[in-house]
Amino acid sequence: MIFEDIKLLLTEKFGAEVIVGEETTGLQPALLIAPDQIAEVCLELRNNPKTYFDFLSCLTGVDYGAEANRFGVVYHLASIPYKTQLTLKISKENDRNEENLPSFPSVVPVYKTADWHEREAYDMVGIFFGGHPDLRRILLPDDWEGFPLRKDYKTAEYYKGIKID
Amino acid sequence: MTLGEVYCYKVNEALDTYNKKIAAAAVEDMVLNMGPQHPSTHGVLRLELITDGEIVKEVIPHIGYLHRCFEKHAESLTYQQTIPFTDRMDYLASMNNSHAFVMGVERMLGIDKDIPKRIEYIRVLVCELNRIASHLIAIGTYGIDIGAFTPFLWCFRDREHIMGMLEWASGSRMLYNYIWVGGLFYDLPVGFEERCREFVDYFKPKMVELNQLLTDNQVFISRTANVGVLPLDVAINYGCSGPMLRGSGLKWDLRRIDGYSAYPELEFDIPVGKGEMGTVGDCWDRYKVRVDEIEQSLKMIEQCLDRLQNELKRTPDFDPRAKLPRKTIPKAQDYYVRCEGAKGELGFYFMADGKSEIPTRVKSRGPSFNNLSVLPELAKGVMIADLIAIVGSIDFVLGEVDR
Repeated sequence: MIFEDIKLLLTEKFGAEVIVGEETTGLQPALLIAPDQIAEVCLELRNNPKTYFDFLSCLTGVDYGAEANRFGVVYHLASIPYKTQLTLKISKENDRNEENLPSFPSVVPVYKTADWHEREAYDMVGIFFGGHPDLRRILLPDDWEGFPLRKDYKTAEYYKGIKID
Repeated sequence: MTLGEVYCYKVNEALDTYNKKIAAAAVEDMVLNMGPQHPSTHGVLRLELITDGEIVKEVIPHIGYLHRCFEKHAESLTYQQTIPFTDRMDYLASMNNSHAFVMGVERMLGIDKDIPKRIEYIRVLVCELNRIASHLIAIGTYGIDIGAFTPFLWCFRDREHIMGMLEWASGSRMLYNYIWVGGLFYDLPVGFEERCREFVDYFKPKMVELNQLLTDNQVFISRTANVGVLPLDVAINYGCSGPMLRGSGLKWDLRRIDGYSAYPELEFDIPVGKGEMGTVGDCWDRYKVRVDEIEQSLKMIEQCLDRLQNELKRTPDFDPRAKLPRKTIPKAQDYYVRCEGAKGELGFYFMADGKSEIPTRVKSRGPSFNNLSVLPELAKGVMIADLIAIVGSIDFVLGEVDR
């Protein structure tokens, strides 16, 4: 199924407001989805016999620059029966306060791949995934402060009293 | 509570739940730490086992001991400068990593069609050599996990020939930095093709010996058949790829599906798990897929050598750096490149802003990371000794899991 058909399928199922926009300039077109509906969209794309996007290749947490105050998640889906690929993007504005993390719905009930990828996105970019079964830090220690892949991250000078150089 | 406090509470809640679970398990059952220095975890992986006698009730993997934040490095270096860092991800198959990275950058720059055929064939040749080396490690260390010492030594002996050849070409034994954006570091040294052919002729009978020693060994089969069965739907849902997915019986190889580089012109089969010794998707199937893939890689290497010695022969004026871009500034775009690494689907996601040589965001999707995430599912209710067999059959590299 080509890009336009997928768009049509989603708007028929969820209404026009589910697709916020699209990016078609690059080599891989991307659909911008309303953040709150990403889990339902993924479920529909996985289960619909016309699309069968059953494989989540990659899930990326993104910080869109220090001034933008915008965080997002990018999903790369692949369909094994149809040999097609699709990019979905969600994003929302949020301040950089570490007490107030940007929050998106988790897609773990749809793709188990997302379990560790969402933990990584939380660990590195500081994105909260509502409904994730076990959202702990994965690559960094549990007591690490800050989120290293944020654009305003300052490298820590000390870790547990040990100077880092 | 403010909204912020709610989030903090929720995040800490996961940690609290985990701590409480371990505390409760320490009373009722036994909590056992396997690793980080355990020899069969193949690196620094810590598995926290909640055991009831000999039976593993739950496995909680703890990763990150080798973390150096490749993605942060990539955000502060240019595309060409990042290539050595990709080598250090899956350090047993460095060529495959840099090949994937370079392919992504070339496609973003729009020069992927201009790469000379000879360069594409050399890339495929070294990648397949490296895939054999990686699979040899997988097979050898798997044998040692199960208790067979000899195959390990044999595999390392044969792998040493590959390491020697790649060292001859690139100057380095494991971390090559050989494949560059738009070309290669150097052309193959004179006489490489002949030596490679000698190796293929030498190695084919060795594989027969290895099969006699390990693949058809009754002790080995008893330890691995019907152990750690991974059903296909679970494998897909967890994002397993490579020999893990093919071991569960699905013909899914990105070399064939995407047909990148010189692979569409090569003939090869895709081995899948058939459940010859037990159930489809058990440890033996995953092991066998790797053994069969070595044979397919040898077939591809021979085809590459045929082309490289005849119509794509080395010429005095051939310069592998001729197509190197002066400035690697792609247009503003996002691009996700995927290719078949030695362990499975290896992907890089780039975000380029169109102004600088430095990407704004790079995410690497390591196959080992996803293949390892299925372990808690696979290891529910198995015996501790079988857990070793399962962990070995996944064949992960911690350099890639932790990045």
